[in-house]
This record gives sequence, C-alpha cells and structure tokens, in this order.
Amino acid sequence: MCRSRQSRWIPAFAGTTKLCVTGLLLSFFLVACSSRTDNREVVTFWAMGYEAEVVAQLIPEFERQNPGVRVDLQQLPWLSAHEKLLTAFAGESLPDVSPIGNTWIPEFVALGALDPLDEEIAATRGFDVADYFPGVWDSGVVDGRVHAVPWYVETRLPFYRTDLLAEAGVTTQPRTWNEWLAAMTAVKREVGPDRYAILLPLNEFEPLLSLAIQQPEPLLRDGGRYGNFRSASFKRALGFYKEMFDRKLAPVVTNNQISNVWDEFGKGFYSYYISGPWNIAKFKERLPPAQQGDWMTMPLPGPDGPGASLANGTSFVVFGQSRHKAAAWKLIAYLSTPQIQAQFHALTGDLPPRRSPWKTPALANDPYAKAFREQLERAVPTPKVPEWERIAQEMRVIGEEVANGRMDVDQAAAELDRRADRFLEKRRWMLEQAAEAGAP
Amino acid sequence: MKPSIAGWMFAAPALTVIGLFFGLPVIAALALSLTDFDIYALADPHNLRFVGIDNYVGLLQNPLFWKTLGNTLYFVVVGVPLSAALSLGAALLLHSKLGRLKPFFRTAFFAPVVTTVVAVAVIWRYLFHTKYGLVNWGLSSFGIDPVDWLGDPHWAMPTIILFAVWKNFGYNMIIFLAGLQSIPEDLYEAARIDGAGTWKQFRHVTLPMLGPVLLLVGILTMAGYFQLFAEPYVMTQGGPLESTKSVLYLMYEEGFKWWNLGNASAVAFLLFVLMVATTSGLLWFARRKGVE
Repeated sequence: MCRSRQSRWIPAFAGTTKLCVTGLLLSFFLVACSSRTDNREVVTFWAMGYEAEVVAQLIPEFERQNPGVRVDLQQLPWLSAHEKLLTAFAGESLPDVSPIGNTWIPEFVALGALDPLDEEIAATRGFDVADYFPGVWDSGVVDGRVHAVPWYVETRLPFYRTDLLAEAGVTTQPRTWNEWLAAMTAVKREVGPDRYAILLPLNEFEPLLSLAIQQPEPLLRDGGRYGNFRSASFKRALGFYKEMFDRKLAPVVTNNQISNVWDEFGKGFYSYYISGPWNIAKFKERLPPAQQGDWMTMPLPGPDGPGASLANGTSFVVFGQSRHKAAAWKLIAYLSTPQIQAQFHALTGDLPPRRSPWKTPALANDPYAKAFREQLERAVPTPKVPEWERIAQEMRVIGEEVANGRMDVDQAAAELDRRADRFLEKRRWMLEQAAEAGAP
Repeated sequence: MKPSIAGWMFAAPALTVIGLFFGLPVIAALALSLTDFDIYALADPHNLRFVGIDNYVGLLQNPLFWKTLGNTLYFVVVGVPLSAALSLGAALLLHSKLGRLKPFFRTAFFAPVVTTVVAVAVIWRYLFHTKYGLVNWGLSSFGIDPVDWLGDPHWAMPTIILFAVWKNFGYNMIIFLAGLQSIPEDLYEAARIDGAGTWKQFRHVTLPMLGPVLLLVGILTMAGYFQLFAEPYVMTQGGPLESTKSVLYLMYEEGFKWWNLGNASAVAFLLFVLMVATTSGLLWFARRKGVE
C-alpha cells in the first residue's frame, strides 16, 4: 500500500537522477519495513479516562499469554466517549471491544450494536458468573441475554465526618431514613445556620436516584413504557429529599458553587456527602494529615433499614461489527480474572465487580472500602431502557425545582411522569411495531 | 450572452463549494427536522417516521423552549447594546487626542478576545464565587452582602452577560476605531467653527458618520449573541433552574446528548428564522434612518 503511493510520487518529481535515487532508496526501505509486520490478529480496544492509561500496563502480559493476538489500545476522554461510539457505529468503524458505561448498555442493545456473550461465557472454563455481585452483573443482562461483563463498579454512599458527628452526639450509625434524619438534625443543631449536615449537589441526579432506587416499586412501569413517578414509592423518596432541603440540612447548591468539595468537607461545611468510590483516594490526597482520622464511609441508609443502591460503573462489550470476536472475548476473560482485577484495583483504586478479588488484603483490610463491599451486595441496576439517562437528567432538573421550593412533591411527580412518558413515546411505538410484526 | 457565461464560469467553483458545503447540509437538516430521527433510526432506517411539522409544534408547546428563548432574548437585548456601547466608549477613549499609552490600552482591551473561552470562564467562576470570589470581597468593603452570582437564578444571566461583553467588546472596539479614524478631521473643524461642543460633535458628526459601522457591529454582535452557548456551558451548565440555558444549548442537548437529531434540527431552524427576522428588522430600521 505504501509502495504504490511512492511509485505515483516518483514520476512527477523525477526531474533529476538524484531524486530518482532517493525515491528508489525510500521505496526499498518501505519494502523492508512492510515485510516486518507480524501476522498477529489485531484486537482494537477503546478505553476511556484514567483507566485507559492504566490498563495499558496489563496488556503486555495478555499478549504474552496469547501470542497470536495484538491489542491496539486507543484512549478516549470520557466526555466525548458516548458521542464517538455512536458516530463510530454510524460509520461502521467501531472497535472490537470497549468498556462502556453501564447506563449506555440498553442504548447500544437497542441499536443492535452489541453481540450477546452467553455462549462465550459458557464455553470459558473458570468464568464464575456467581462470583459477581448479582445487581452489578444484572446491569449487563438485557432481554434475558448477557450483553456486557462488568469491569469495575461504583455505587453511591455517604462519606461522613466522624469527629463532627461525635460532637453532635451521634454515636450509632444510622441505618434507616428516620435515624439518618435524626442524626442530620443533631449535626445541624451543632454546626449552626452557616453550615449544613449534608451535601446533595443539585447538578447530579445520583443522590436522588440512589434514594429512589431503594424503594420497592419500579421507576418505570409496563415494561419501561411509562414513568412510574406518581407511585407512593417515588413520592416517599422525593419527600425525604425535599425534607433535607426544607429543614436546611442540605444547602441549595450545585457543585459549581462549592468549587472544591474536599476542602469544604474538611472545613465542615457539611458532614455527610453522598458520592462514589473515586473519592476515597481523593479524600486521602486532599485532606490534611491531621484530618485523616476524621472521615469514614457508611452504607446508604434505606427507608426501613439498609437498602439498595446504584450499580454504576463500566462493562466490557463486544461490538457486533467486530471480526475478531474470539480474540476480543479472550481479552475480556483475561481482564476479568480475579488476579488481574486485584492488580487493577491496586493500580487505580477502582472497585472490582466480583467477590473474590475483595478477599485480597489490599481490599479486605481497607476500612473505607468496607461499606462499598457491603452495599454492592444490594446494588440494583437502573431501568434498562435507552431513554433512561435522559429521564434521570429530568429527575435532576425536577429535583432542583423541588429543592428550591418551586414545586411540591405531587406536582413534581406528575411533571416527571409527563416528561418521561413523552420521552418513551418512540419506545412504545417501537414495541407496538414489534408486537404487530410478531402477532400474525 | 458570452460575458454572462464567463461570469458564471468564474463563479462556478465558489458556487459549487457553497452548494456542496452549505446548501446541501441545510436542505438535509430541513428534511431531518421533518422526521423523528433518533438512535432507533440510526439502528434501522425503518424506525424513522416522517412527522411533518410535529417537531415544530412540539417545540412551540414545550415550556423549556420558551424558557430558553426568553433567556436568549434577555441575553441579546441586554448584551448587544451593552457590548456596542462599551466598545464605542473604549474606541472613543482610544481615539481621543487626550489619551495616553494608547498602544497598551488597545492591546489590553483586545486581549480578552483572543483568550480561550473555557480557560477564562474558569477564572471568572472563581472571581464570582460566593464565598471566596474577588467580586464579593470587593463588594463587602462597601458593606454589600455577598451575592450568589452564578447560583441565584436572578443573577446568573447578568453574570454571563457581563462575561460575554467583557470577552468580546475588544473586537467591536477595533472596528469602531477604524470607523472613527476614517471620519475626516475637517468635519469636526467645521463643527467647531459653528460652535458645536464635544457632545454636539459626537451627536451630529461622529454618530451619523459611524452609522454603517454601527449597523455592521450590531448585526455581527447580534448574530453571535443569538448563538450563546459556550459561556453557560462552561460556567453554569445551563443552571441554576435552567436560567442560563440558551436555545443553542437546548439544540446541543437534543442533538448531541440525546441524539434526537430531528428535534435538534427543528430548534436550529426556528433559531435561524428568528435571526433572519431580527437582522431584517435591523436593516429595515437602518434603511429608514438613511444608513446603508
């Protein structure tokens, strides 16, 4: 390929013999180069963010174990990853394998972009599905088929200030919403009007969603055809959320106005902060040494005792357009082995989605990870419809209105249902079409 | 006949490029706005529905569209005159014979134009921070209570306007400066002989002579300001309570976040119609005033 370009080059510029010789020499080198390319099968692997940098260290070992496969790793920034994947789908230039956000899985299944992995999983010796946290594993299962294998997992739970809680007289860890509310009220009484008990950033939907998902009734009804936000369940969660703002336990702010969440946590602007596992490393890094003994993580209190939580994170998928599925699966199987997962945790701090790597000392003895370990057993996936992310964003918008006192719980629930039903209109039409096609 | 054919021949390359890279995409976008193109349609063209003007009707019934339109108009109506006035003021100061250190100020005023929006917006976010920002600290020395600049729905848009005006008044200033320099000095001389003071000179010589330049600046700035996007995207993400979400921001979210390209195209066309209408209105006004 390179040589042909060279030969087109030469006639145009071959005015002097000197150039001709240079051209010949060049083409000689190109021939020499092209004969050196190996015959290994190339698996293209797109990964995002910091994990993409780190996973590069694990790949040489994979290539050593599988001499016939070469991994072509490409790094994407998270911010544009979704867009790039969709564009690549439209342009039929998707990679063979990629870890995608758990909430994107239903969307790519709807596109028909993913290949189910059930057969590969069954055929792989030692691939223990039961070892995975059930809710986390389930987020990759759409319509009864496995489309994704979890890579690392995140769930949201409260980080809290042990010293401030002790000062406020909170000695037992709250396990229910009522106990938690009592604890927060005690903190608020202690810290006064200028500081707060909890931070629920209004630019994130996760805090409200984490509470809503603990409820028994599903967030969408009729197989994801309609919103189910007027249910007593959701109203209860929204009511609890509203109460925290109404009683001035939480400031009405977004992360933009906080500008440095770790610093403000250290200053005691709030004593509870619902966030994800990446903040373990951040708090260790950002808080001064004198304060390192003053914070801890705890499982998210539920309506009537320890409840469910989100099963976010990323999962490996193999794209249907891939022509190297077997090799791509080998890479997934390799990165999913408990040893590699433990190693990956050591490198990144990301939490493994299966139980056995949690037995390694690094994780088993980490006091901050303990609450996550407990909560992952109870993690549940969000509704598996492609429109979910958009509905969740509207949940954030409506939550902000509620926090500002511009809507009450009933109005907010009705409005959220109205918006969700509008987003799901196309999905209802699609399901009807499919039903009609299937009926005769 | 012949000269006209030759003319077309000369224009042909440019016309082809315009047709291919402007005309065709616009027609395609118009067609797209009449469908409900989304990710389902991306997966299988059979999932594409022709919806006629439903996207437009839906938008006109969507409170969020009206809210973003209101925000955008607020930005344009306050921002454009403010930007024009500020740049004209700066240009007059720089043009004045009394001015000192002109090259320095010319550069300093123009500097924000060449900075990157994102980088500067981050700095502005710190300046306008409620607790630690320089602005509130300055105000506190006058005994004014801290203002939640970017977090209060009433203050967020004024802050964005301030930022946008600061960011681009230098550009218009250069245009005005060029306009001022092209006004013949003898006009002022004649005005002075007739006994006109500084204000009267400005009112009856400078402003009329600057008419075309004012029109140009007005149209350019308005077209730019209608497409408000980067400033709220970086500083507030459209919040708080969607008080800084612009029409273009809505289009971006519909199109590139949620992949409803049909809807996004409809938003783009409504914005286009609005911009054409206001620009024509401005031109009509200018023509009536005798400025061309």
